[in-house]
Amino acid sequence: MAEAIDKQDHLFVVSSSPHTHSGASVKAIMLDVIIAMLPLTGAAIYLFGWNAIRLLLVCVISCVATEAACRKAMGRNAGIDDLSAVVTGMLLAFNLPPALPSWMAVTGSVIAIALAKQVFGGIGYNPFNPALIARVALLISFPVAMTTWSPWIMAAPAAGIDALTSATPLGAFKSAIDFGQTVPYLTNSTTFMQFFVGHQNGCIGEVSSLAILLGGLYLLFRRCISWQIPAFYLGSVAVLSTLIWAVAPDKNLPPHLHLVTGGLMLGAFFMATDMVTTPVTRKGMAVFGAGCGILTVLIRVWGGYPEGVSFAILLMNAVTPLINRATRPRVFGTGKKKS
Amino acid sequence: MPNLKFCKMKIIKAPYKSWGGIHPRYHKDLAADRALREMPLPELLQISMSQHLGAPAKPVVKKGDSVMQGTLIGEAAGFISANVHSPVSGVVKDVVPAITLTGAMIDSVVIEPDGEDKRVNDLAPLADWQAVAKKDLIARVAAAGVAGMGGAGFPTHVKLSPPPDKTIDTLIINGAECEPYLTADYRLMLESPERVWLGVSILRHILGAKTVRIAIEDNKPEAIRAMEQAMRNADGDVAIVELATEYPQGAEKQQIFAITGREVPSGGLPMDVGAVVENVGTAAAVFDAVFEGMPLIRRITTVTGLPLNAPGNIIAPLGTSYRALIEACGGCADTVKLISGGPMMGIAQAIDTVTTTKTTSGLLALGAPDVSLYESMPCISCGRCVDACPMNLVPSELSQYLEAEDYEGAEELHVMDCIECGCCAFSCPAHRPLVQHMRQGKARVMLKRKKK
Repeated sequence: MAEAIDKQDHLFVVSSSPHTHSGASVKAIMLDVIIAMLPLTGAAIYLFGWNAIRLLLVCVISCVATEAACRKAMGRNAGIDDLSAVVTGMLLAFNLPPALPSWMAVTGSVIAIALAKQVFGGIGYNPFNPALIARVALLISFPVAMTTWSPWIMAAPAAGIDALTSATPLGAFKSAIDFGQTVPYLTNSTTFMQFFVGHQNGCIGEVSSLAILLGGLYLLFRRCISWQIPAFYLGSVAVLSTLIWAVAPDKNLPPHLHLVTGGLMLGAFFMATDMVTTPVTRKGMAVFGAGCGILTVLIRVWGGYPEGVSFAILLMNAVTPLINRATRPRVFGTGKKKS
Repeated sequence: MPNLKFCKMKIIKAPYKSWGGIHPRYHKDLAADRALREMPLPELLQISMSQHLGAPAKPVVKKGDSVMQGTLIGEAAGFISANVHSPVSGVVKDVVPAITLTGAMIDSVVIEPDGEDKRVNDLAPLADWQAVAKKDLIARVAAAGVAGMGGAGFPTHVKLSPPPDKTIDTLIINGAECEPYLTADYRLMLESPERVWLGVSILRHILGAKTVRIAIEDNKPEAIRAMEQAMRNADGDVAIVELATEYPQGAEKQQIFAITGREVPSGGLPMDVGAVVENVGTAAAVFDAVFEGMPLIRRITTVTGLPLNAPGNIIAPLGTSYRALIEACGGCADTVKLISGGPMMGIAQAIDTVTTTKTTSGLLALGAPDVSLYESMPCISCGRCVDACPMNLVPSELSQYLEAEDYEGAEELHVMDCIECGCCAFSCPAHRPLVQHMRQGKARVMLKRKKK
């Protein structure tokens, strides 16, 4: 053998098949996610101005810096060229209220990258969505700052007079119901449209369902996400909230307002679709989405917090390995039964 | 019953949709319009005794022997093995172990052609094959050393001899040629459809199959037309199946499913679901063996790739070196990677002195722009490999088991059902060497099974 190889003036490259590739890369996927977040970025800046720019810059820069520092500390190539830290930074910023102090945003970024991602081994190994871990850590650590919203003019509740509030639609609703009052705003299509385009209080990236849908459609078109997770997430929220609302319409938000308030849209298209922390099978993705939807509604309606998207997704992240195991497709040629 | 004799050949769409699959760039245009041609005889032929799947043949000539075209030089060593014949007349220069396209060292017979192509007539033509007993026809196919020419090289006489408890009702002739770049089967169907069809008729007769399906991807309308013309007088349940152009439609199990809706059971063979799949090239070789008494001594190889000056579909004698094939196609200086077969399942070669076998359907030269060095990343669980796998495996999970050397776990997750088609690795954004993991896993599991 050696003789034949010696005779050859040069050797060709040898590797296992296949010898061609689709061209997909982690970096390209991350770049697509960043592109999909551009409408949200625009909407956030339009609606919240300087605060949105500040939070985005602080989160992205500190996430990237933390990523580089962690990789260096672990003796790995300090490159952040897969762009995943940029995505985490942007997603975290979108999940923060506009007036949050910058140092808290930095704290969140360090938690997201160092604690929720690199400790587990970096990209691909984190069981939970890093941005959501950071958001929940901040929510528990700084409950006041994380629920301080800018004043927001609500469309007239019944009396025909606009009211000023500094709560999110879900928050205002929950406290009104808790005090035995009725729904504090109209639940008509005008309110829906107002909420849908982003005229409501909330985290800087979650208020405009319109912008999120634009980005979500791009992700679907580019096949960066599969339709199962958002469809089953939004679908189960719609079905469950309709049922609950039908039973007690004066004590519950109607389904169309459930869909466009809080972090649901952002969660369904950008957080619950994070590849690393969600199932790999199509059936599993459907289960995951439905589970997120059910938990979200349960927390919103009966939980202590007005909003439950973050918790719902994190809880479903925890059972992702189990979902994967339970939804393995039937292998070709193995009969109809699960083997 | 209408008289089917003068009916137009039936062309049907595949009734079932096989699972998974991908759409690579096909690059068939490089060689598709190049007519079949013979190449100048190489100075030396180095004919491996491992031309096929199964035990290598036993050399029956020695240094200094004179051989003629068709002289038996290697005798099948057991049932799953195949005879090897000299493609030319000339002198045996040596019988030595040499590197084959799989990298193994296998005995090879080196022959210096005398250029006269004197033929030995050991096998008499059986023009009246319908009158010949089936077992004699099978014996002829075995004597002629016919082996599957689609790539795996399974000895054809074995496929034609199912155990008595298996009934074959469907014969599928595979002309899908789903591997990118390759056009050997396409040219064969275009230029010799009658040979293919007569070969099919012989196979059908031997197997007693009621249903015959010629499977061709719908990106080869000219081949479909040519076969339709050649088959115009066919009677019985015979049809051309237009498969959707999708890789791997040419894979045996996927093709049987697309056409019959039957799943070859895990660990089983097509005969378990009453089907036999033969490549179009094999059908032509059966025709040659029976009708003309010509053993399998040469084959069509698509020599292609962007760096090549003149890609082509070459009829080359077995044992032709890859270097000689490339020279016959105008040569090329910029080859970085040389692949025996197509880009999805072909085997990369370190050296170009390796020689062709009965399975060499293509020789692909890739230049620097098509050869990238990737750093593999951790799996990001995107699920694209799961979507792409035609066997419905979960390659991402399997690969993690295999990286952890948990071969028992991988076996439970059906690693042995992997057909190594490459769809998973092709789709993987993290550039994980998924097929390599599967191969390694399969080898380990086989080793473990052998030890038991």
